[in-house]
Amino acid sequence: MLAYIVKRLLVAVPTLLAVLTVVFFFVRIAPGDPALVILGDQASQQALASMRHQLGLDQPLAVQYVDFLGMVLHGDLGTSLVTKQSVWSEVVKVLPFTLSLTVTALAIGVVLGLPLGIIASRHRNGVIDYAARFFSLTGLSFPAFVSAILLLLAFAIELHWFPVISEGRAGDPLSSLRALALPALNLGLIMVAYVMRAARSSMLGVLGEDYIRTARAKGVPARVVIWRHALRNALIPVVTVVGLYLGVLIGNSVLTEVVFNRPGLGKLIVNALNQRDYTMLEGMMVIYAFFIVIVNLLTDLTYGLIDPRVKRQ
Amino acid sequence: MTVLASAPGPGFWSQLRTVILRHKIAALGGALVALVALSAILAPWLSPHDPLEQNVLLRLGAPSADNPLGTDSFGRDILSRVLWGGRVSLLVSTSAVALAIVIGGALGLLAGYIGGTFDRITMAAMDVLLSFPTLVMGLLVVAMLGPTVANLILAITLTAIAPFARIARAPTLAVKERDFVEAGRALGFSSLRIMIIHILPNIVDEILVMASLWLATAIRTEASLSFIGLGVRPPTPTWGGMIREGFENILDSPWLAIFPSLAILVIMLGLNMLGDGLRDATDPRLRHE
Repeated sequence: MLAYIVKRLLVAVPTLLAVLTVVFFFVRIAPGDPALVILGDQASQQALASMRHQLGLDQPLAVQYVDFLGMVLHGDLGTSLVTKQSVWSEVVKVLPFTLSLTVTALAIGVVLGLPLGIIASRHRNGVIDYAARFFSLTGLSFPAFVSAILLLLAFAIELHWFPVISEGRAGDPLSSLRALALPALNLGLIMVAYVMRAARSSMLGVLGEDYIRTARAKGVPARVVIWRHALRNALIPVVTVVGLYLGVLIGNSVLTEVVFNRPGLGKLIVNALNQRDYTMLEGMMVIYAFFIVIVNLLTDLTYGLIDPRVKRQ
Repeated sequence: MTVLASAPGPGFWSQLRTVILRHKIAALGGALVALVALSAILAPWLSPHDPLEQNVLLRLGAPSADNPLGTDSFGRDILSRVLWGGRVSLLVSTSAVALAIVIGGALGLLAGYIGGTFDRITMAAMDVLLSFPTLVMGLLVVAMLGPTVANLILAITLTAIAPFARIARAPTLAVKERDFVEAGRALGFSSLRIMIIHILPNIVDEILVMASLWLATAIRTEASLSFIGLGVRPPTPTWGGMIREGFENILDSPWLAIFPSLAILVIMLGLNMLGDGLRDATDPRLRHE
């Protein structure tokens, strides 16, 4: 197992390096002048030049690139052009909001989606199956901001069950939980649709295998056949979907945070875009990309746990 | 699809009936997509009003005989704007997916066929593209380069190239080893001919399924960018932009956000049903059941 983990880690290193390179050059090539962002339109040429010098923007691109890599390797993502705080500290401030949101959504998605998909596959073309498939198609068709607006309209504005602004009072766990409910439900229900669909189709594939027929012929109870023999083999495509869904989940969490006016990485990046805060954007792109690469790695490692054959390949 | 291509037997219409009955979900999905696409294409003739015509006297009007879906905060007719709004969405998403199929498909086909270092470098580049969340990459590209139709297409194309490259590469690897490709090579056919005539038809099914699902994703991305405020600039109507304006007036006039949302939902549902149905129709594991 250890050798497998080390091998996978080594494969991720060039990807991460390439990600850093792409982010660096993209932000540099794009039109726009960070010095202008800091000093405003009224600034003199001299002030702009000295600010560029201060930011290191007058250095050759190669020097800037090496400096950038060095900083990132030391865990330094630079200083926000707008707030003058370090990018990392700004991110850490709102990270708990985004993490609690996405982790709750993941939990809702797996806890509801997996059993639903399995039940649907057992009653193929029955009423439950059609209902589940209809639900999952609908879930896949909702852009996260549309479902968020509908939830907000129904449960916060009309029924007043939940607060309209989902921030929660600091130090009050109950209000934080109430504030989390609607945004997490919004992300979670979409996730249920993805997981259910993957679980259903993967189970259908496995249930047609010979060893399932053998187990049934031996007289193994249906419950055991489904939950022990079939599920473990059907799990890999489901894990793949959950891993792939991460990119969608991040995008959806940005939209959800915007609609529910909830602090988090999503609102941070949208504000950074509006204020043209280049260092903040650069830092956040790096964080998002590292996050995805690491989750892909974890997904791969999970394959090894579920299916011992994967490790040996 | 194989059914459509079969030899002429009974009349075309009775054949079409058989296909629709056999693939109910795909047919219904296709009908929904056609409905929305046609209403966007025919917007200039279907709209009761000019989508940009403002009328301060009619601000935030409820649905009425003259404005069937009500009016927005500038007094513009919502029905006309929903019809016209589909044009930007569909133009951006179909162009982006078409470009992604051509670029991604070609890269995947070449990587699978040539193999070796070229394959490794191409697929590593695809991994890098896949490391950025779709929406975040779209946000960054459009914010940096400016919210124009061309930049929106570029942003969405970038997010969709890698999946198409992967989907084209895998079957190429498998088909490349088959006897008929070997035979083609023995006959002295050029690599280009083998790739286009012998390998491409074998991967078209999967690409079509992916295309309808990614079209849905592209429409969602375009709408999301417009919702955040990075879509084609106002006053040009876009569904996402209209939902954004509606969201600002959500307490007074919820229908502003509801009608463009419905338009997005209908076409997304249609595309997902079409994609699902096509997959069931082309998946050999399910075909003979």
